[in-house]
Amino acid sequence: MRFGIVTFPGSNCDQDAHHVVSHVLGHEARFIWHKETDLEDVDCVILPGGFSYGDYLRCGAIARFSPIMDAVVRFANEGGYVIGICNGFQVLTETGLLPGVLLRNQGLKFICEDTRLVVANGHSPWTVLCPETLVAPIAHAEGCYFASPEVIGQLEEQGRVIFRYASSRGEELAESNPNGSINNIAGIINEAGNVLGMMPHPERNSETALGDASGAAIFRSIIHSFEARA
Amino acid sequence: MRIRVHVTPRRGVLDPQGQAVAHGLSNLGFSGLGEVRVGKVVDLELTSESDPEAALATARKMASQLLANEVVEDFSVEVLG
Repeated sequence: MRFGIVTFPGSNCDQDAHHVVSHVLGHEARFIWHKETDLEDVDCVILPGGFSYGDYLRCGAIARFSPIMDAVVRFANEGGYVIGICNGFQVLTETGLLPGVLLRNQGLKFICEDTRLVVANGHSPWTVLCPETLVAPIAHAEGCYFASPEVIGQLEEQGRVIFRYASSRGEELAESNPNGSINNIAGIINEAGNVLGMMPHPERNSETALGDASGAAIFRSIIHSFEARA
Repeated sequence: MRIRVHVTPRRGVLDPQGQAVAHGLSNLGFSGLGEVRVGKVVDLELTSESDPEAALATARKMASQLLANEVVEDFSVEVLG
């Protein structure tokens, strides 16, 4: 499988994502500079974490107008796999590929810690190989997921909330919600399921040398789904 | 022509910055304070517009396409001169 990792000015998790899909999981990966306009033969686009354009105006608001994003939107609309991690999730909501918005954390602080996720929908292309819960490193100041009650209702009804912040036993408790996200939402997919946005960083816990490798299950899932589809 | 765009969090949207400011103000001893909302101001210099209505229309377009995220923010525009 061929991964394309988009590098915006200010992206800082692009190298980690590249390392995981190529060195840890043994697939092809290449960096795509945001000024490029063609994704070429990529099978999955990764919009990595970081601070694209210094988070000016709103997180992800300027990155959305990078030349490569037209190609990413086309690719997503044709069913191509796209994952936005952290700042990448913010870019996806600004682009309109995913609904809602990521607001300033309820406690106003930048939070850098390991959280735990419960997999709320194990049937999506991104979660088929995921265990019930995952360790999920977060590092963000704007991760509080917000959308109108209608949109939240739709997401819940359609099983599009796929990750929620939870306790180590998988319970979705208020105290396991680090940032005030509605319904403990940590990750959602689009209606077709090919676009995932999540605030936690699975590329940071995808190998045992880093203490935990449960994040790799998300990348393994999409590789599995791609191979099953091909 | 100079145009000012005000961007404010929409009613009903959680505004933790506003809450923190309200908390700070009450710590300072200010009482009788209801809700506090924090927004932002963008001043635009539109060099090719001299008609106020046309300038406001352009600024509104800029606001809805980029300056504000209308999922959670409202905006208003005014002529500065």
